[in-house]
Amino acid sequence: MSIIYMLLAISVIVALVFFVAFIISVKKGQYDDTYTPSIRMLFDDEVTPENLETKNKQQNQSLKEQS
Amino acid sequence: MSTCFHCGDACTTDTIHFQDKAFCCNGCKTVYEILNENDLSYYYDLEQNPGTSPSRIEHKFDFLQNPEIANKLLDFNEDGIQVIELYIPSIHCSSCIWVLEHLGKLHPAIKAAQVNFPKKKVRITFSEENFGVYKLVRLLSNIGYEPYISLEDTTQKQRKVDRSLIYKLGIAGFAFGNIMFLSFPEYFEVNEFWLERFKHIFRWLMFAFSLPVVFYSAKDYFISAIKGLRSKILNIDVPIAIGITVLFIRSTFEIALDIGTGFFDSLTGLVFFLLLGKFFQQKTYAFLSFERDYKSYFPVAVTHLKGGREKQTPVSELQPGDRILIRNEELIPVDGILMKGDALIDYSFVTGEADPVAKVSGDKLFAGGRQQSGIIELEVIKSVEQSYLTQLWSNEVFQQKNTCRFETLTDGISKYFTVTILLIALAAGTFWFFYDPSMALNVFTAVLIIACPCAIALAAPFTLGNLLRIFGRHKLYLKNSSIIEQMAQLNTIVFDKTGTLTKAQKNVITYEGTALSEEEQKLLAGTLRASNHPLSRSLYELLKKNGISTLDEYSETVGHGIEGSYQNRHIRAGSHAFVSESFGNNDTLTNGSINRTTVHISTQDQYKGYYTFYNDYREGVEQLFSSLDPQYKLIVLSGDNDSEKEHLESLLPEQTRFYFNQKPENKLTFITSLQQQGKKVMMIGDGLNDAGALAQSDVGIALSENVNVFSPACDGILDADRFRQIPEFLSLSQKGVRVIKYAFLFSLLYNLIGLGFAITGYLKPVVAAILMPLSSISIVVFTTVFTYFLGKKLNSHPDC
Repeated sequence: MSIIYMLLAISVIVALVFFVAFIISVKKGQYDDTYTPSIRMLFDDEVTPENLETKNKQQNQSLKEQS
Repeated sequence: MSTCFHCGDACTTDTIHFQDKAFCCNGCKTVYEILNENDLSYYYDLEQNPGTSPSRIEHKFDFLQNPEIANKLLDFNEDGIQVIELYIPSIHCSSCIWVLEHLGKLHPAIKAAQVNFPKKKVRITFSEENFGVYKLVRLLSNIGYEPYISLEDTTQKQRKVDRSLIYKLGIAGFAFGNIMFLSFPEYFEVNEFWLERFKHIFRWLMFAFSLPVVFYSAKDYFISAIKGLRSKILNIDVPIAIGITVLFIRSTFEIALDIGTGFFDSLTGLVFFLLLGKFFQQKTYAFLSFERDYKSYFPVAVTHLKGGREKQTPVSELQPGDRILIRNEELIPVDGILMKGDALIDYSFVTGEADPVAKVSGDKLFAGGRQQSGIIELEVIKSVEQSYLTQLWSNEVFQQKNTCRFETLTDGISKYFTVTILLIALAAGTFWFFYDPSMALNVFTAVLIIACPCAIALAAPFTLGNLLRIFGRHKLYLKNSSIIEQMAQLNTIVFDKTGTLTKAQKNVITYEGTALSEEEQKLLAGTLRASNHPLSRSLYELLKKNGISTLDEYSETVGHGIEGSYQNRHIRAGSHAFVSESFGNNDTLTNGSINRTTVHISTQDQYKGYYTFYNDYREGVEQLFSSLDPQYKLIVLSGDNDSEKEHLESLLPEQTRFYFNQKPENKLTFITSLQQQGKKVMMIGDGLNDAGALAQSDVGIALSENVNVFSPACDGILDADRFRQIPEFLSLSQKGVRVIKYAFLFSLLYNLIGLGFAITGYLKPVVAAILMPLSSISIVVFTTVFTYFLGKKLNSHPDC
């Protein structure tokens, strides 16, 4: 029956872990700019001449299809 | 007509075609070339026409070559690695973010760059070797992202970001959630075996969770209540602080003496909702600054002449007697005497005078003016802080923190509320003391708990917070939400003239005199094209441009005029004296042209006539004034001369009063005298000369054609396009205040219900736990729905 003390302790610890994670995220400034990251994640990772070309080709094709 | 591939402006005259794309100017084409060569053309795929044409002012950032000045701007500087945070007003779309974060492709020295979009700032890490701040800024300017660097950046390092509210809110929310779980079993107390066994540990856990909420999250309420009591004001935080204290003490006693479970759930819920309201109200426009003074308008450094050599010297180090050099389009940072060159100074931002003033050697020049033609040399006579304009900031208006000046609606009602609640609590306590003494303390505390004005305290933050966002969407950016309450109380509106009622650009031009033949017009256009003078440029825009041929001869006498000739034809344009100098015109000037900006024309040594430049009044000035007229007292306060007086009188309602030739301090004292008559004054201005008046007035709104560039310290910044909507903003704020009042009534109703439970001695924790969030949430819903509909009305005028 004293298992309930265990469970309580574990649940409180889990809660505290999330709480500490929250504090750290605030401290690191994750809440200072809540807008830019949402745009940044939509960019393509790496821009190299090759995948730019393929990209342009794809775009040109889709443009042609549209017209 | 095609639009520029880079910046999206309409291509008018000199369209440049390059790689099948049209560009409006060479600058835009160059940016395209730079980006294209460095595999950054994805920039143009993200958004259409994302760019900004680079500015053409050279030498603007020369001062960064002085490492002493450049280092002051750095955030970090060690082992050849430097970090700088730059404010770039032209950041506006996802392409901007992308290209700025890929700056490393343009120069190997740039290690990393991170954009903060809401603040329009970019943080760049780069190595100093073969690079440095100067080259970095030049690079950014070349691709159209010119940073804004002002005196302010060097004098104060940015303050620490205040994140305490997020911490407080997070802690309160965390504790609230956990306590809810822990207290849930006891809501349905049925004397169950296991519950009986474990309730003590549950209760003490709740107590532990509530400690940081009471002593950290709710800290501000106690501080504010004590401050209020000290200055003998019963603000809304007083009953809140009483409520929190009583909740905590009673709950602790209950669990310590094993009487009951206490009200820890209500306590933490209360604090959480209150902080949520505070957080919601705290909408800030990170990219705007409402606290700017002259420092953010003035340049960091100036070209200092020492022993025949040019040196970039920080403005703050200038001493009387120093010689400085001011180039075209540069700002004069200190009072000085003109030593060399002809000055044409635009003081419109500083004094409100609409027309540039021509000065000759020996004249005194005041700080804040912008040189408009050629290079001049000055001898400094006063340091920056002691200059004529900057002295305005030593006025006490700029020293005081005017936060406590205004009694908000909530504080107004809380006076009566607090007293009433204390009386009810005492009365109920006394009654029970004689009827059943064991219940007396119980009822007394229950009244104080249930009466805790959570809903009342939330009504204003949510209504005003919503309105603040609605205003923001319509391009009126307010410093904080209490401004809206003040806007609802106004009865006097003071307008500045130059730049506020008029547009900043002079674009109405009329011609008087002998009509020019087609040949002469062509010649004039050709001559004007060669000149960089602002008047030449606007006049050139007006003339037909077909068939312009290159001139045979052209010369410009700075500050006086220009002349050009083509195939025996000769033309002069400029001041009256200049155009008639070669043939001795004895005609006196017609009355109309004094006090106005004019360009006189003569051809073949014969006087032809003159062009007059007017500041165009903003569209809808007339309607704006007539719709405000009966309700508000309207005043026009201008730093300019009274040449426009008659025109204005005919345009605006009869009761409008006019004051001209007002110096910056006059404006400030004028507002003060209005306030002493008991008026609630709104000042609408734009320039540094209005700064004092804006700070002194109850609501100071700065009008700005581009909200990203400098505007003086104020309570709100209004986009000039929305000038006509001022009456709507004012009526909306009045309606908002009415919504708050209804919400007060609504929440008092909840309090009455709660008091019913409390006085009869039946306040169970579960009742409090239901009633408190219910009242708070319904108030939030009520105010949000109402303000939403109010905002809809504003939306229904999209053409404004």
